[in-house]
Amino acid sequence: MDGTPVGRRVFFGILGVGAVGVLWGAKAQDWLEKAVAPLVAKDGTGLSAFLPIGRFRIYTVTGDLPSKSHSEYSLKVGGLVDSPFTLTYEALRALPPTKMTKDFQCVTGWRVHEVKWQGVLLGDLLDRAGVKARAKAIRFKSFDGTYTESLTLSQARRKDVIVAYQMEGGDISAEHGGPVRLYVAPMYGYKSIKWLDTIELTDQVEPGYWEHYGYDVDGWVGRSNGRDDNAT
Amino acid sequence: MAATTTPPDAGAVPPEAIIERFDRVERIAHWLNASLFGVVMLTGSILYIGQLSVLFGNREIVRTLHVYCGLAIPVAFLIAYSPRWGRALRRDFARINRWSQDDKRWFRTLGRDRNVRLGKFNAGQKLNAAFVVAAALVMVGTGSIMKWFEPFPVDVRTGATFVHDWFAFFIWISVLGHIWFAFADSEALRGMWRGTVTARWAKAHRPRWYEETTGDHGDLTE
Repeated sequence: MDGTPVGRRVFFGILGVGAVGVLWGAKAQDWLEKAVAPLVAKDGTGLSAFLPIGRFRIYTVTGDLPSKSHSEYSLKVGGLVDSPFTLTYEALRALPPTKMTKDFQCVTGWRVHEVKWQGVLLGDLLDRAGVKARAKAIRFKSFDGTYTESLTLSQARRKDVIVAYQMEGGDISAEHGGPVRLYVAPMYGYKSIKWLDTIELTDQVEPGYWEHYGYDVDGWVGRSNGRDDNAT
Repeated sequence: MAATTTPPDAGAVPPEAIIERFDRVERIAHWLNASLFGVVMLTGSILYIGQLSVLFGNREIVRTLHVYCGLAIPVAFLIAYSPRWGRALRRDFARINRWSQDDKRWFRTLGRDRNVRLGKFNAGQKLNAAFVVAAALVMVGTGSIMKWFEPFPVDVRTGATFVHDWFAFFIWISVLGHIWFAFADSEALRGMWRGTVTARWAKAHRPRWYEETTGDHGDLTE
């Protein structure tokens, strides 16, 4: 058959673009985020949220979006503690706040830079409950009824681990795990359990939801799950 | 259109005669692929767009569907391409690869040049086919890196996600365009559904292919 083999050229050209993208995509993405982020911030249509640039992916493991209003919400702190207690949303908001601006890094590769967080230090809540001597770890439960997470006591007492109720200057939306979620700054996103409603002190670490599917229990960013991302 | 003004004695083929455009294997391959693409594009959107993820939940199930339907796309294609069944498909691939002078002119004028005499496919179809086949392979490759990520360095995983996301965007455009043009020309769509078109359609839209298939070189008013 005569004629120019344009089809073959297009085919190999596209394969080439794909291969180059795999090798250089991480750099291209960093560059794009710096170049486009200011434009995206000004975009009034919201359409730019669909572009694969600096965005959160919303993960839920259950069949629907868990949601609770501020008045329905309560946080239980119990297990191996001297005085278990329950906080309403308002009571949690009334505690001394901790603010930080830090990245959110997912173990699947995406990262959102410089997210503004506000919440209560997890360590403060533990002190208030009075941790018993034989407690070694914490088990977190989500009101989605399925998701769980864990931290050791020393991880939980870090100054960059908060029970968060604000994100980017506003209430945390249901998609992002509101009204209250955990934010474990130095670890991958799966440790920052969404829709948090139970904090339970335990005598040993009980692996959480994704950890049954093979994720590391100690999910340090850059030092676990075979990844070497920059620390958050 | 030229064909309707053709005098009755111009050729041996009556305008209502039926000409085979795609054989059974090609049609099965097409609709199997169309279904798989449909599943992969919809589940992909659910995984990617936060509002949809939230609406559907069940991330594990959606992801499993997405991965295995995606992996099945080249399998369906390879079966169709086997030496035993894929003769017509291979022939069409050879057609899609080669661009004639007419194809180039058609492409430059976006089909507006009425003097262009096309073969079985126009240049838009040829370009789209070459893009989609390559893009599907890129998606299978990058998707596999995302799914079986352990042996790959982090930059490669991020790169694969980056490519997978952007290619998905262009595949959506290509597929929506493909569907749009199919519905804009019901007889072309019938060609892929029942496998046949009328001689009139072939003569008017794909004159070189018409001559090649029917051997009818009757006058064509241009």
